[in-house]
Amino acid sequence: MTNTTRIERHHYDVVVIGAGGAGLRAAIEARLAGKKTAIISKSLFGKAHTVMAEGGAAAAMGNVNSRDNWQVHFRDTMRGGKFLNNFRMAELHAKESPQRIWELETYGALFDRTKDGKISQRNFGGHEYPRLAHVGDRTGLELIRTLQQKIVSLQQEDKRDHGSYEARIKVFAETTITELLLDGDRVAGAFGYYRESGEFVLFEAPAVVLATGGVGRSYKVTSNSWEYTGDGHALALRAGATLINMEFLQFHPTGMVWPPSVKGILVTESVRGDGGVLKNSDGKRFMFDYVPDVFRKQYADNEAEADRWYSDPDNNRRPPELLPRDEVARAINSEVKAGRGTPAGGVYLDIASRLPAEEIRRRLPSMYHQFKELADVDITKEPMEVGPTCHYVMGGVEVDPDSGAAYGTVQGLFAAGEVSGGMHGSNRLGGNSLSDLLVFGKRAGGHAASYTDQLTARPKVSVGAVETAVETALAPLQRDTGENPYSLQQDLQAVMGDLVGIIRREGELVDALSRLAELRERVAKVSASGGRRYNPGWHLALDLRNMLVVSECTAKAALERQESRGGHTREDFPTMDPKWRRVNLVCALDGDTVRLTHKPLPRIRPELINLFDRAELAKYLTDEELAEFDALAADAHAEKER
Amino acid sequence: MGNNGSPAAGKPAAKRQFRIWRGDETGGDLQDYMVEVNEGEVVLDVIHRLQATDAPDLACRWNCKAGKCGSCSMEINGKPRLSCMTRMSTFEEGETVTVTPLRTFPVIRDLVTDVSFNYEKARETPAFAPPPGVAPGDYRMQQVDVERSQEFRKCIECFLCQNVCHVIRDHEENKQSFSGPRFFIRAAELDMHPLDAKTDRKEYAQAEQGLGYCNITKCCTEVCPEHIKITDNGIIPMKERVVDRRYDPLVWLGSKIFRRGDTPQSTASSAGKESVVHSGARQAGVHSHAGGSHDPAAEVQAQKGVNWHREVPHPTAPAVDASGKLPLTELTFDRAAAPSPFGDDVTFPLPPEHLNFAHPSQDEKH
Repeated sequence: MTNTTRIERHHYDVVVIGAGGAGLRAAIEARLAGKKTAIISKSLFGKAHTVMAEGGAAAAMGNVNSRDNWQVHFRDTMRGGKFLNNFRMAELHAKESPQRIWELETYGALFDRTKDGKISQRNFGGHEYPRLAHVGDRTGLELIRTLQQKIVSLQQEDKRDHGSYEARIKVFAETTITELLLDGDRVAGAFGYYRESGEFVLFEAPAVVLATGGVGRSYKVTSNSWEYTGDGHALALRAGATLINMEFLQFHPTGMVWPPSVKGILVTESVRGDGGVLKNSDGKRFMFDYVPDVFRKQYADNEAEADRWYSDPDNNRRPPELLPRDEVARAINSEVKAGRGTPAGGVYLDIASRLPAEEIRRRLPSMYHQFKELADVDITKEPMEVGPTCHYVMGGVEVDPDSGAAYGTVQGLFAAGEVSGGMHGSNRLGGNSLSDLLVFGKRAGGHAASYTDQLTARPKVSVGAVETAVETALAPLQRDTGENPYSLQQDLQAVMGDLVGIIRREGELVDALSRLAELRERVAKVSASGGRRYNPGWHLALDLRNMLVVSECTAKAALERQESRGGHTREDFPTMDPKWRRVNLVCALDGDTVRLTHKPLPRIRPELINLFDRAELAKYLTDEELAEFDALAADAHAEKER
Repeated sequence: MGNNGSPAAGKPAAKRQFRIWRGDETGGDLQDYMVEVNEGEVVLDVIHRLQATDAPDLACRWNCKAGKCGSCSMEINGKPRLSCMTRMSTFEEGETVTVTPLRTFPVIRDLVTDVSFNYEKARETPAFAPPPGVAPGDYRMQQVDVERSQEFRKCIECFLCQNVCHVIRDHEENKQSFSGPRFFIRAAELDMHPLDAKTDRKEYAQAEQGLGYCNITKCCTEVCPEHIKITDNGIIPMKERVVDRRYDPLVWLGSKIFRRGDTPQSTASSAGKESVVHSGARQAGVHSHAGGSHDPAAEVQAQKGVNWHREVPHPTAPAVDASGKLPLTELTFDRAAAPSPFGDDVTFPLPPEHLNFAHPSQDEKH
């Protein structure tokens, strides 16, 4: 071919892999700490999957309802995650997200406003008060553009001070990292290729921040873009880090199901937040039948009360359409299975009969636009056809909650955003991911920078490791007997979608694992035709092994966890089991195979657990834990008496 | 939604004729494909099907497939479109669909073009200037005031407006001094931002971004997938107010004598600034490759010869941390100053075997 085997070398202090919200926020922080920072993006700069986020960024600023504060936000997050969250992450997130949002305004963001000129906040599933800072329904785009423009402004400063835009922060667009390189147990660099030219590039850096997003491309029906192949998850595993909570995948309840070309694309939850209701083919508003006991106190059981809530949220319970995503996804799944679905296999989401056309166009402009242009449906006149779509992975790199540093045997590796695990427990609340990106992106970037400060010598990249990485990357192009990567991806998607989907069963999971083992053999022999220049077949062939190892983690953990909780539903174990709440399933790589271990959850600090009332805790905790809670309460009482 | 029915009830897949441009910067041509098309699909679905079947290495950018990221811009039957937003049902049955890369930008491979021009221009546009003395959290703005800027912030940077703009589509030489509609609305957005502290956005657009080249054919507005009124709400108000502020009979007379008033206006705009290198030399058509720099000022400089008053970045000490010390990495790092954009270990000229150019005919022999 025309390509050379030359490897371009770069030296940086901090390399951030991923240019979505978390990656850009981490890079800004590392650069502000004075580090030479590289941002690696699989796509063009500013195209990251964060642009797809519609609803908003949750932050307890209390602009719309002054009763909101971080404690309430913390409670909602823990409830949403069914108490499996890393409590410290949930705490930091609730405390710091308002500052992160306000900071965006100083970068030039323009959120929608309240009457008194503050940032407006909207209602969303699982959030007790209106809490989501938003810009119509294109909040993710605003976030990415703002961070992108902040990076440009930092580059302009560098140009002024040092004469070059790229003196201290550079974006490597359309570049994929295939391997992290270690010096002993320390991160020494990252190896990858330019998608445009197919040329190899080596970044020597003592600290790497993973911000690669999720794993949705392993599923057929997904709202995720092609980039979501679990690269960061797999890179972390291969570097000796661990993954937790990989069994928990969020299926967004309302993806478009018609026409086939847009299957999976998201219909924002704000449609429901603004009054949209779910109906089955009989025209029945069915969500009232699916309010679980743990939520009875907060959700209405009749239409009259639910409808009053939109105008008087203080004196009425919320409509059940706004239950956390896992509940709604399961309800839709049950309606369709019971034969009350739409022709295309979904249910109806109706806003047309609920709001005047003008109001719909004003509040939900991109949704109106999306349905009009993509599906030729006018949502001000007709209901939408929606169904669950794979949307978000709660699981990810197991990190230190304060610094984002990866656990396991590796040092110098950090993770933030969807690729990290723990923050959202077993189920993420809508709106919490955008604020998660900002809070933990900043933390990971800052701690990566201070990690490099305490090093006395730079870790060295070994020549052998680079040669191996080159061979692995070129292998699919040099084989011509293997299978086409596209058909392998389709097979992987079929296994994951059919056997490790929303509802899981032991037999199917066992079957899935044996099929994944077969696929592993086939993926090892995949071949890509064509050359190295912008060859999507080759790129997919290299991504496949990441998708595969991450899918194995999900299937193994799903088989192990014998209960239903949040984004993991076992038909053979349909209820939540307090004993399982105390356990995180941790995946590590042992040679080539995924090894699974049980690890107890950290104990929630007393002042945080005291934010909940006993009756609520009783639904989640074991008797033993409840006894501890009672003892705590007694102590506190005695303290007061004294 | 009953009018659509289920996919099963839809029409069976039909074979359709596609002509797709394949090649790279050394050349290429349209290739014919017969490909299956199902009801409800868009052009991007068909391209994906081609990748999965006949043309696995067909290069094409895409991300969200929902008209939100602006990656899959291409020209479909000659019209600049997002392929994820172009429904197959908009074509006649039996109509051949021709797909070509964006014409204004250099081809990398097949449907992928080098859009770095846009990122360079983005970098030259001065960023938001936060209002001094306003703490984070204390920003107060009214909805009606932010809405004007919000319209422009809807931009998904698909660069279709840049692609279709005559000023650069047909005149490669204008790229140096013309930022294009995308960055006019960026300037307009900041100009209309209620709290932006920089007050010369319009003057800047006129003097540095080449706003004067725009002759308001509205092609950019026509292709915008976000339906942003680029010309009416962005460019025209910027042009009008630039004229307003400068109203002066002599300038007016000058603008009647000189084309579009570029000379007097840009002089006027630089008068308020420190820099003196901007001059009237940067009007439509005046251009050279002197210096090969993308900094227009530097180019003018190069044409004039040496200017000892030219502003150059002052040598600065490396940044220190909170304790007033050098960050340790500066010491453990094995080289000083900015990283080379070509990689730290590259020296020029490159040895010929490291070049990734090969003559097309030589390549075929392999």
